[in-house]
Amino acid sequence: MIPAKFDYVRPSSVEEAVSALQQGGDDAKILAGGQSLLPVLRLRLAAPSVVIDLGGIAELRQISEDGDRIAIGAMAPHHDVMRDDLVKQHVTLLSQATATVADPQVRHRGTLGGALAHADPAGDLGAVALALDAEFVIAGSSGTRTVPAGEFFVDYFTTAIGEGEILTQVRFPKYTGWSTHYEKFNRTAQAWSMVAVAAALRVEGGSIAEARIGLTNMGTTPIRATGVEQALVGQPATADTVRAAAEHATEGTSAPSDADAAADYREHLARVLTGRAVLAAAG
Amino acid sequence: MAEVRVTVDGVNYADEVEPRMLLVQYLRERLGKTGTLVGCDTSNCGACTVHLNGQSVKSCSVLAVQADGGEVLTIEGLARDGELHPVQKAFNECHGLQCGYCTPGMIMAAVDLLGDNPDPDENEVREGIEGNLCRCTGYQNIVRSVQRAAQMMKPGASAPTETPAPVAGD
Amino acid sequence: MTATADTTALEFGKSRVRKEDARLITGRSRYTDAITPPGTLHVAIVRSPLAHARITGIDTTEAKRAPGVHGVYTVSDLGADEVGMPCAWPITPDQKAPQRPVLAKDTVHFAGEGVAVVVARSAAEAKDAAELVEVDYDPLDPVLDMEAALAEGATLVHPDLGTNESATWVFDSAEAGTGGSAADAIAAAESDPDQVVVRRRFRQQRLIPAFMEPRSCVVDPTGEQMVIWSATQIPHILRTMTTVTLGIPESKVRVIAPDVGGGFGGKIGVLPEEMMTVLLAQKLGRPVKWTETRSESMLAAHHGRDQIQDITIAARKDGTITALDVKLLADMGAYLGLVGPGVPVLGAFMFNAIYKIPAYRFQDTNVFTTKTLTDAYRGAGRPEATFAIERIMDELAVELGREPLELREQNWIKHEEFPFTTVCGLTYDSGNYEQATARAKELFDYEALRREQAERRERGDKVQLGIGISTFTEMCGLAPSRVLGSLAYGAGGWEAASIRMLATGKVEVITGASAHGQGHETAFSQIVADKLGVPFEDVEILHGDTASSPKGLDTYGSRSLVVGGIAITMAADKVIEKAKKIAAHLLEADEGDIEFNAGQFTVRGTDKGKAIQEIAFAAFMAHDYPEGMEPSLDSDAVYDPENFSFPHGTHLAAMEVDTETGRVNLRHYVCVDDIGNVVNPLIAEGQVHGGLAQGIAQALFEEANYDDQGTLVNGTFVDYTVPSAADLPSFTTEIVSTPATSNPLGVKGVGEAGTIASTPAIVNGVLDAVRHLGVEDIEMPTTSQRVWRAIQEAQGRSTQETPVDTHSPGAGLGSIDPNNPQGEVQ
Repeated sequence: MIPAKFDYVRPSSVEEAVSALQQGGDDAKILAGGQSLLPVLRLRLAAPSVVIDLGGIAELRQISEDGDRIAIGAMAPHHDVMRDDLVKQHVTLLSQATATVADPQVRHRGTLGGALAHADPAGDLGAVALALDAEFVIAGSSGTRTVPAGEFFVDYFTTAIGEGEILTQVRFPKYTGWSTHYEKFNRTAQAWSMVAVAAALRVEGGSIAEARIGLTNMGTTPIRATGVEQALVGQPATADTVRAAAEHATEGTSAPSDADAAADYREHLARVLTGRAVLAAAG
Repeated sequence: MAEVRVTVDGVNYADEVEPRMLLVQYLRERLGKTGTLVGCDTSNCGACTVHLNGQSVKSCSVLAVQADGGEVLTIEGLARDGELHPVQKAFNECHGLQCGYCTPGMIMAAVDLLGDNPDPDENEVREGIEGNLCRCTGYQNIVRSVQRAAQMMKPGASAPTETPAPVAGD
Repeated sequence: MTATADTTALEFGKSRVRKEDARLITGRSRYTDAITPPGTLHVAIVRSPLAHARITGIDTTEAKRAPGVHGVYTVSDLGADEVGMPCAWPITPDQKAPQRPVLAKDTVHFAGEGVAVVVARSAAEAKDAAELVEVDYDPLDPVLDMEAALAEGATLVHPDLGTNESATWVFDSAEAGTGGSAADAIAAAESDPDQVVVRRRFRQQRLIPAFMEPRSCVVDPTGEQMVIWSATQIPHILRTMTTVTLGIPESKVRVIAPDVGGGFGGKIGVLPEEMMTVLLAQKLGRPVKWTETRSESMLAAHHGRDQIQDITIAARKDGTITALDVKLLADMGAYLGLVGPGVPVLGAFMFNAIYKIPAYRFQDTNVFTTKTLTDAYRGAGRPEATFAIERIMDELAVELGREPLELREQNWIKHEEFPFTTVCGLTYDSGNYEQATARAKELFDYEALRREQAERRERGDKVQLGIGISTFTEMCGLAPSRVLGSLAYGAGGWEAASIRMLATGKVEVITGASAHGQGHETAFSQIVADKLGVPFEDVEILHGDTASSPKGLDTYGSRSLVVGGIAITMAADKVIEKAKKIAAHLLEADEGDIEFNAGQFTVRGTDKGKAIQEIAFAAFMAHDYPEGMEPSLDSDAVYDPENFSFPHGTHLAAMEVDTETGRVNLRHYVCVDDIGNVVNPLIAEGQVHGGLAQGIAQALFEEANYDDQGTLVNGTFVDYTVPSAADLPSFTTEIVSTPATSNPLGVKGVGEAGTIASTPAIVNGVLDAVRHLGVEDIEMPTTSQRVWRAIQEAQGRSTQETPVDTHSPGAGLGSIDPNNPQGEVQ
């Protein structure tokens, strides 16, 4: 229950944070919302020498419109993201998925950037970021760089964020007017997703013009169900066409096996839930 | 050691703490606010729920130093001038507690929920308190309590209608 | 002084809001961990990560040097090599019982067993130093499967015992003279074309009680009496057992159970940690505190259930049951708990349930494994029995093609047949199964749901509907001491009470029952207010402290009201008896002419009278009282029940099963419970709700899983999925009352009813929803994966094995495996 000792710094700018991270070396940990880090520290599954709290950098909490993008500061709490009018209007799927993350108290503290940088494949937001082609702004000692979602998620708990770097912003293209749904399947309300499906559709004249599908917990990273997307495009959103398209849901996945779901069950769920997510999105 | 300046239930404190000290430990061990309880070590049970800067948080998942400059409201500061908060009253009237261990966190979560949604239906209550576990009540009377409190807090209801704000020196 | 009681309104039966709430809703609570006498030192326990291993070395050098550390101890350092935790229930004379040490000596027998202990100035420093204790282990094979453990050549958990079988306990109605021979009846049925024999194996998975307050113990050795505060259900038993275990004179020990955050049987142990804290406080001469973390609690606090049940039922084709045979294997874990061995035996008398069964045999074998020990968990033995009989009644109905409720009714004891002596020799004093069932069916709209079920089947709906039934009874009010004696239980079953009439007319009631959420302070006040005719507010209930409440047997087995409440009633009668003498004296009347009603003593046929408060004051002044009498109204009583009480009820569950995903949804739950007379309907209803949630959780959500190394793989609240509000619906509950005739209040007990009844109702409902697809059984908990797999298999589609022993998604934290943390965390 009591973490091991660590030093604590609370920089007031991204530059200071990057510099603290570089001084801290391998043992330094970034503290965003702390809703994953603090439990890990309490159970002493990690014992960083220094914890760098980004909570003092006000700019990282901002959510703003930037041309054809919605730019969300990495430290924007889930609670703010899910209620933000810009997000609701232009990135509805993110708002919907964020509302399913953990519980109200955790959503008050937990942050979009923290969750994505944590890169737990059972986390709900990675599949959304991936499906929606978000961009990740990463700051390091030599300035910032932008990484597309397709390159951000590298492996189990591993992202493109390099040593000495900090995720500062996540930028989502606008999907104004798209039909979206996040279909989550878990054992109990508090449990992490066994499988979940993020679906965004642009429906034109009764048929699906564009489709973006992301899968949660079907591999070591979030997974884009491109086979399903391709099968949906040009089709009417009927139960039969959607079910047929959803059969592609497990392409390219490597579903984990655990007590709640062995791989074959997860694969089955991925197909069923993909169909449901698409139909629910299509209304 | 790090310095923390924080207002808890209307009283200002300035303390030196180890950075690793959790807010809930600070409340219980340093301030003697043992009304806030610890029921797990994985952020599931919500027994330690308090309000930090007006929002419900699990005080096991916040470092005391992260509360620096903030305002904390605990179960012990919820009643004002001897008058119970409507949520406290409703928990009593609807038998929303048995052993009482989840109760402080449950009440603080419920106060936050009603601040957000003054008239929740049953499902909204159940989802709004999903971060708080209770092993005694089966939740039914907790849900009733929250809905009763919502009625009591409606403008024009006879009970006090305002949620007390966690304001220093109030 | 005059009485202020409203003589027209009885407290009994009134839905009073609870008086204990005031402190609990404002944070004025005092749970054990809040108690920190000056100078308190804190304990951290080094626990074994392995299930079974020899300890080859413990190096405490670094830990002893750590800041703030007062000492680091092994069991030998504490001088406790010979100390063993008590087991109060030797179910057979030859029961094998290993020594259960304070800390493991040379071998650890389950993962989580304490190996060494650190005492430091703060809990943080104790934990830091505990991480520096180095323990070397030589791993041994774990013993995990009960049947394998009993096989020839199995690894022995305790080699010195020569076997993994602790004891086998048998009841045979032919031998007891209470019925026929089940073996003969089943053999006859097998060769009788007019009979059927149905055999099933059911698994009662291992559960964790998961009280919300982790266990904690504070011992203050300063002062003449050592004070032990503990988060326990059993302060009185703990006091006596501290003497039995450590040899400290009982008169030198005071035990206080302050506010206790739930128990559900999980806090009826006498703990190694408690005894260790006592030893440390004695050794260091300072107050010492131990508070467990939740993860520690999941590992080390006793678990519940964990039985394999082989059930055989025989019946004539017309539905009449002819015999029942029960064979249990019960997993004791690594040691025997305080009453653990007796838990299956408590169920022995309940397998026959509400049915007239002419021949019955029960056999239970208790088995050691290298797992956390098991002991009482809400219902203790009776949920297991009820599950088995209610499940097999459905199986029998399927076999016979009968409507399951009708089949039950055909076999149950009719209301006009009470009192009824069962095949176990218990006499059910009262009950009305027809009444409870009729009302439940009405509230449930049983017929309409059956129609909907048929329609859904007809249409082949994705979501199918099942109706789950459980018509249960239980034995409550543990227990008549003579019965306990006949079962070799190491104590009686009485309860004590005292009433003190204070000079100012207020009343202090002392009870030996020890509440941890039940609302005793309110319910007992209501009983006393009526008995003595004093205002509810004038009654104070004292409990949970051996200094104020020196005598008692504490709270478990739905006994507080049924036994403790009767003791209070008897003490009140004695107060009235004494007061009557003083009243007669003061009113200058014959005692035989004094009448007592609603707090007033009056002389028959006159308007002369005195209030009980006036008599209390007169006794206090003692200026004028009868010759040969002590000037006091204070009275003690000890009540030893003559019989158990037998609440019963009918529970109906509408279960929806999504046949595509296997997800189970509890749509509607109706229960009508007959719990006799009800003191406080609000509290009784709350007990039913909470009991239902726990029973439903067994059916749908909870299971403690071990991997093949004997590691508990879901030992946190992340992966041991206790349901939240969002996982349960509201229940329709109603209470009907056929008063018990075995006690003067006509009460039966309610604490365990919901848990006992609900588990089979849910599972029967799940099966009823998918039985037409060919599914015959689904193990508990009926998770979506298990349901989906059962459907696949029934449809002839093979699937992967379900790996129950791996970590869950979110195990520990998200996908982080606590045993193998990796990756970046931000």
